[in-house]
Amino acid sequence: MDIDFQKLLDGVLNKDVRLTSRAITLVENENPESVSMLKKLFKHTGNAKIIGITGPPGSGKSTLTDKLAKAARHQGKTVGIVAVDPTSPFTGGAILGDRVRMQEISTDPGVFIRSMGTRGQLGGLAKATMSAVRVLDAYGCDYIFIETVGVGQSEVDIIKLADLVCIVLIPGMGDDIQSIKAGIMEIGDIFTINKCDREGVERLYTELNMMLDLRDSSEVRPPVLKTIAQTGEGVSEMLEEADKLFYNMKESGKLQKRRKRNLKIEVENILTSIFVKKVNKVAAETGLMDDYADKMSKKESDPFTVAEDILNKL
Amino acid sequence: MVDTIRVLVAKPGLDGHDRGAKVVARALRDAGMEVIYTGLRQTPEQIVAAAVQEDVQVLCMSILSGAHNHLFPKVTELLKQKDASDILVLGGGVIPEDDIPFLKENGIKEVFTPGTSTEDIITFIKENV
Repeated sequence: MDIDFQKLLDGVLNKDVRLTSRAITLVENENPESVSMLKKLFKHTGNAKIIGITGPPGSGKSTLTDKLAKAARHQGKTVGIVAVDPTSPFTGGAILGDRVRMQEISTDPGVFIRSMGTRGQLGGLAKATMSAVRVLDAYGCDYIFIETVGVGQSEVDIIKLADLVCIVLIPGMGDDIQSIKAGIMEIGDIFTINKCDREGVERLYTELNMMLDLRDSSEVRPPVLKTIAQTGEGVSEMLEEADKLFYNMKESGKLQKRRKRNLKIEVENILTSIFVKKVNKVAAETGLMDDYADKMSKKESDPFTVAEDILNKL
Repeated sequence: MVDTIRVLVAKPGLDGHDRGAKVVARALRDAGMEVIYTGLRQTPEQIVAAAVQEDVQVLCMSILSGAHNHLFPKVTELLKQKDASDILVLGGGVIPEDDIPFLKENGIKEVFTPGTSTEDIITFIKENV
């Protein structure tokens, strides 16, 4: 399908599902028309509440996102979901399986679900996640949930995108909780203990609260919530809590501050991406990469010198 | 860079056997495609909604219950209504030879029956998207 950015833009703003999904594809593929579209789209964004859902694999992020979407729909709000799953570093392929847990809402016209592969991006998100979120924001979603890949310790990119971040944990992971304290545990605005019908909930609840009580008291203390996503228990309360937090952040100016910070980061990322592409192009054009590799393996040169050589050709 | 091929692998109907669908999904993944897997017991409406929102170029459906003559054409009909007939629709599963011409008349581009090698499916997709 040949498509220009004006048509895409109109499609998104007029809530055309097919054109909106096409717009996201072009954004993901870094199509030049999509950049023109994103530029025009920008002033139509900023109305959605962007909520990040992150946590270890199997903690119930997809199911929880499904139920949160349903709770938002009960209030008559529209929902966008961007669900990220890992891309194979070897083949570039991916199995995107988050929709499996989102059956009931999948035909609701008030819900737009989009699965994305990370496509080489580390940090728990896909490179084009922010742009996809923008498209859904302009499309008119009241809430946008970003579901990250199952994360370990340091995949904290979600804070650079979301207005607020929910960390989903499950009981019985024992020492894992300790080990993730340093990275991901620092970025939560809300902590949710999911699968609360399992053993060990109280212990985790206490541990989390103890950890949070040790934080800098000038910061807003994140609430610790309990849910059973499978049955929906505690989920509407979680959404209420998110709304309350969102409201407070808006009132206190924290939301605006966070969004500004995120925009700065986005510009840096765009610059890096443009720069890297340019450098890689120059490196490829030298046709010397194999020679460089030979020299380095014979210890006649080293990676730093090679990098400087290539930079000097810019 | 060549754009990544996006494929939806779906199981319409009521049979609960998705081994075949999963094998195909895995093979397509290994061939470098992004495979959106939606799980068992999908209605045609769910499949089409997913195909459109995910903007897939290819839709693979597997069915073992015998309801293919009803469900496959229903999906292609709904795709047409959503202005999405450009999606390449493939069928698979236990499908009698005699039913294949009818399915092809109804917008199923190709039907892969038991014994098909995953290579054949990959090649077909790459040649037809």
